[in-house]
Amino acid sequence: MSDTAGFALSRRGVLAGSAASAVAAAAPAEAALQRMPASATPTMPVRLTVNGEKRELALDPRTTLLDALREHLHLTGTKKGCDHGQCGACTVIVEGRRINSCLSLALQHEGDEITTIEGLGTPGKLHPMQAAFVKHDGYQCGYCTPGQICSAVAVLDEIKRDVPSHVQGDLTAKARFSNMELRERMSGNICRCGAYSNIAEAVADVAGERA
Amino acid sequence: MKFDTPAGTNPIDTMAVVGRAHDRIDGPLKTSGTAPYAYEHHDVAANQAYGYVVGAAVAKGRIRALDTAAAKAAPGVIAVVTAADAGKLGKGKYNTVKLFGGPEVDHYHQAIALVVAETFEQARAAAALVRVDYARTAGRFDLDTALKTAPLTGGDSAEGSGAPPVDRTGQFEQAFAAAPVKLDQHYITPDHSHAMMEPFASLATWEGDSLTVWTSNQMIDWGRGDLATTLGMPKEKVRLISPYVGGGFGGKLFLRADAVLAALGARAAGRPVKVALTRPQMANNATHRPATRQRIRIGATPDGTITAIAHESGSGDQPGGGPETAVNQTKLLYAGKNRLTAMRLAVLDLPEGNAMRAPGEAPGMMALEIAIDEMAEQLKLDPIEFRIRNDTMVDPEKPERRFSERQLVRCLREGAQRFGWSRRSATPAQARDGRWLVGMGVASAFRNHINYPSGARVRLGRDGRVTVETDMTDIGTGSYTIIAQTAAEMMGVPMEQVTVKLGDSAFPVSAGSGGQFGAANATAGVYAACVKLREAVAQRVGVNSADARFSGGKVVSGNRTVPLTAAAAQGELTGEDKIEYGGLDKTWQLSTFGAHFVEVGVDAYTGAARLRRMLAVCAAGRIINPKSARSQVIGAMTMGVGSALMEELAVDTRFGLFINHDLATYEVPVHADIPHQDVVFLDEADDKANPMKAKGVGELGLCGVGAAVANAIYNATGVRVRDYPVTLDKHLSGLPALV
Amino acid sequence: MRSFTYERATDAVAAARAVAQRPGAKLLAGGTNLLDLMKLEIETPTHLVDVQDLGFDTIEKTSEGGLCIGALVTNTDLAADARVRRDYGVLSRAILAGASGQLRNKASTAGNLLQRTRCPYFYDTNMACNKRKPGSGCAAIGGYSRQLGVIGVSPSCIATFPGDMAVAMRVLDAVVETVDAGGQRRSIPIADFHRLWGDHPEQDTTLRPGELITAVVLPRPLGGEHFYEKVRDRASYAYALVSVAAVIQRDGSGRVAFGGVAPKPWRVEAAEALLPQGAAAVTARAFQGATPTKDNAFKLPLATRALAAVLAQAGTPAQKRG
Repeated sequence: MSDTAGFALSRRGVLAGSAASAVAAAAPAEAALQRMPASATPTMPVRLTVNGEKRELALDPRTTLLDALREHLHLTGTKKGCDHGQCGACTVIVEGRRINSCLSLALQHEGDEITTIEGLGTPGKLHPMQAAFVKHDGYQCGYCTPGQICSAVAVLDEIKRDVPSHVQGDLTAKARFSNMELRERMSGNICRCGAYSNIAEAVADVAGERA
Repeated sequence: MKFDTPAGTNPIDTMAVVGRAHDRIDGPLKTSGTAPYAYEHHDVAANQAYGYVVGAAVAKGRIRALDTAAAKAAPGVIAVVTAADAGKLGKGKYNTVKLFGGPEVDHYHQAIALVVAETFEQARAAAALVRVDYARTAGRFDLDTALKTAPLTGGDSAEGSGAPPVDRTGQFEQAFAAAPVKLDQHYITPDHSHAMMEPFASLATWEGDSLTVWTSNQMIDWGRGDLATTLGMPKEKVRLISPYVGGGFGGKLFLRADAVLAALGARAAGRPVKVALTRPQMANNATHRPATRQRIRIGATPDGTITAIAHESGSGDQPGGGPETAVNQTKLLYAGKNRLTAMRLAVLDLPEGNAMRAPGEAPGMMALEIAIDEMAEQLKLDPIEFRIRNDTMVDPEKPERRFSERQLVRCLREGAQRFGWSRRSATPAQARDGRWLVGMGVASAFRNHINYPSGARVRLGRDGRVTVETDMTDIGTGSYTIIAQTAAEMMGVPMEQVTVKLGDSAFPVSAGSGGQFGAANATAGVYAACVKLREAVAQRVGVNSADARFSGGKVVSGNRTVPLTAAAAQGELTGEDKIEYGGLDKTWQLSTFGAHFVEVGVDAYTGAARLRRMLAVCAAGRIINPKSARSQVIGAMTMGVGSALMEELAVDTRFGLFINHDLATYEVPVHADIPHQDVVFLDEADDKANPMKAKGVGELGLCGVGAAVANAIYNATGVRVRDYPVTLDKHLSGLPALV
Repeated sequence: MRSFTYERATDAVAAARAVAQRPGAKLLAGGTNLLDLMKLEIETPTHLVDVQDLGFDTIEKTSEGGLCIGALVTNTDLAADARVRRDYGVLSRAILAGASGQLRNKASTAGNLLQRTRCPYFYDTNMACNKRKPGSGCAAIGGYSRQLGVIGVSPSCIATFPGDMAVAMRVLDAVVETVDAGGQRRSIPIADFHRLWGDHPEQDTTLRPGELITAVVLPRPLGGEHFYEKVRDRASYAYALVSVAAVIQRDGSGRVAFGGVAPKPWRVEAAEALLPQGAAAVTARAFQGATPTKDNAFKLPLATRALAAVLAQAGTPAQKRG
């Protein structure tokens, strides 16, 4: 690209920049309306059952389930990797189903039963899936690990409940465990350390299958 | 302890604990979600507030006005910090670009303000109310354009990879011109993002003029020094704590904006503040692996002897930055009398380029190992045979320097046999499995080992417990476990009796985690400290430390046997030391070698490439924990698949940013991309490296993988792609015609 | 994310009314796309009406022999339904090719139809984007457009509709059922549901303000063989570069729609008549007038080849396709 063209496009960039300013410019009036002490930030009550324990919270409606767990209940085993549903580190099991807790408001879960990694097992008493991850070295930095484990537990249940997958040959057949099935079903959990091959073996071990 | 002569027999050679596969000792914490990462230390400081970073909306220019009034007035806001009111800030030794921008903006998403509020939600909302008026100026964003006038520039990654601007051995041009068989090709590697799973995050607290920061950092001492430099305060007043690091890959080698802003935010707010970068900010705010444009020329005789080899690379970086040292391995990997390497560095106004896993070699091998494959094909030689014919046991530029260990040929042969290489068709586009075109590829793996001083303190408690303290980090590499193994071996106690404490600047300075130098050097430092502790124990119980054996929880000397608990009964004993190195690495070339084997399927219809099998054979000194070392290698192989098939930070050369700055658009491999991976370690104990006789593997596992995949794709399709990533659009038109 | 107030609606008309009467109010179902966009202030609702208690979470047989899918049926449940797997395999396969298990557990049928584009310039609020901010321009034009649209785009916007489910619904001739604040019901053929951008890329669909999706109705099963061929750089958890939803009959006739290429699921009925002549004939007609960029021109041959892959599989047992 020539320098001239670069400059012409740069001017358009100013427009883009000004557009951003303009968005913000509209905001002060609104901010002034909202001016109030922090304690007055409106909250709403929500009741959750987390790892079998009933918890009542008063939350800013903007609080995601992920932040409610991490910042309000101090259950930091559930990780924030991207906060946009692109990595799976925040996976928890809600009402028996795995979801990304970052893309859910806590308020959407009034009355829900939530299982986090802390609810599966403790260092002294690991869940079989947690123990299999240790045995097969199915993790490295450990940051995606709680999400991987919650997902893996849920995946085995999904196969049992006959939830089909993208790689299933015959949709009308019953869902079955296989290495490729597992890898497809676990693909919503990114591991940048690249422990995938070991994770597949850990989950297969728990499922009683060969990876 | 000064290591300046090759290691003789030492207690590590017992290999009762070292060299055996161990589950990670931090495994139960990591798998139960109870290992605390940087943003998760709720218990260490009360009343934590939340900081949210505002990134620059333009790539280059000047902030004309920065209006924080609305943000300050927003609910819950405690403070807004900008460079204008942060006081004078320095720049860290390891940072190319300042971490807090304004009024000058150096790159897109450079931090320009921090909003601190009672809650995360309030801080995030208020950050959007910061109004910035920019005077945007033209920037240099296009590498190809900038390289046309870029000067020759030498550089060193500080991680064992470097080269002068131009380096010549013999007469390359004449030899190349005279060579009967020639290759002259250009290769492209794009910018890569570390994309570690844990975002950059820090929690800062002040007590008077002392600062403590819980952070996520690979190199505690670098970070501590650079934070002190940036804030203009004495290093002793800064403490960094980083017990768990959720991935780094070089991105967390350095002090980054989260730590600086948390410290400034905490000072402004008068209370602890924690800050995490958001995922969409990470690619442009932080560093990345720079793109390269490489040219490789190889001349050979018809029998496959290389007579001339040249590797040139161009990359770009911010002013004051360095080149991506992609030519380094070409200085050492293959024989050839006439050699040339050269690097050019263009100035760019894109975000700061810097180290990412195996800087230099990772992109360099992606190019070189395609070139070798192409040359072998021209010569009608098997690519493994071609590599073997050009093996060298000495530094080709300085033949008086031998490699301390070099088992490249064995890696290639062993791998070929295990992988079933003989089933590969030398003619491409021959094998088919249903709709899949199937191909196999190979590449050498190469990465230098470097020595780095590393310290530790080892304590023997009254209860007989051994506690190791070092500022070494575990970024997923398995440091906790290999350090425990080292201490257990040295002190003759079971692993369960060892506690390892890492990642705290209050502990002795270690090598840290980078350049695949962490494992070998940090354990060597623990070895040195253990030698000191053994001496203290021997002295306490009144035996000669030179002939004392430590095993089974006892000290044995002659006919005396004393339990360790008895030695410490009157009080804890401590050994502290560091490993330092003499000139062995000048006399000997310390490197690690391997071979990568890959089988791919390429969809004959869509061109999408998918891995079917992968194998790495590595020779990298003594493998301290084969379990976690293997994981390092499979992880590196996975990253190599990413660089081969999908990873590319897309540069918008008009606006000067990486536009695909999240994990939906910067694709990294997922489970479905990665088949079962096999890793083999050849027996090796490198006595020239350190007392552990160990080297690194974490980067070796990456170097060459990308090319092995690209070569396999070529073998499947017959279409050669020299422009990474090898996405389907680049070979679609050369695939079999539709029926 | 801006502040908002939150309520849970208990009936559909009340929900529609709550949104219609309040500027800045939005419906919240699964939230997997809306919350993503709210965090970036691409969406800035001041009030959220959570519809999860409205029911609409069952799949019922219709009197015409089709299926009525409640708006709040999750993607997982829809894809797993035995009737859908048996009679509307293309739909099941399309859903399963999208997103991840976690997202499909949360995302709803209606929400999936309403998901917004993944154009990177739409996602970066510092960039000009007519879809995000009408009149600001389109930074994607002349920018990085590898993933973007090749047909049906406009000088205002070259983004694509990113979904998979709707592409299958398009070949099935699904009908979107809605109700508005006045209790008025409307049936919108899926072909008319998503808009071409034209001069108003900020409007993704033909839904009116306050109109609420209650269900998607599938006509009687078409029979034939069902395919969803999705092409992407990585093997899973990625948006389509190109996708093909197809139902192919024994005689070689069939229906075909393409995803990842246009502002809406791209189906040209006239092109389907050319199926017996092969993939190239179909795509030549379906993509007539395409305006690809240098970055995404490959989508045209890719669409042909992806369709060819489908046609090659037609007639072979599913288990053998792998």
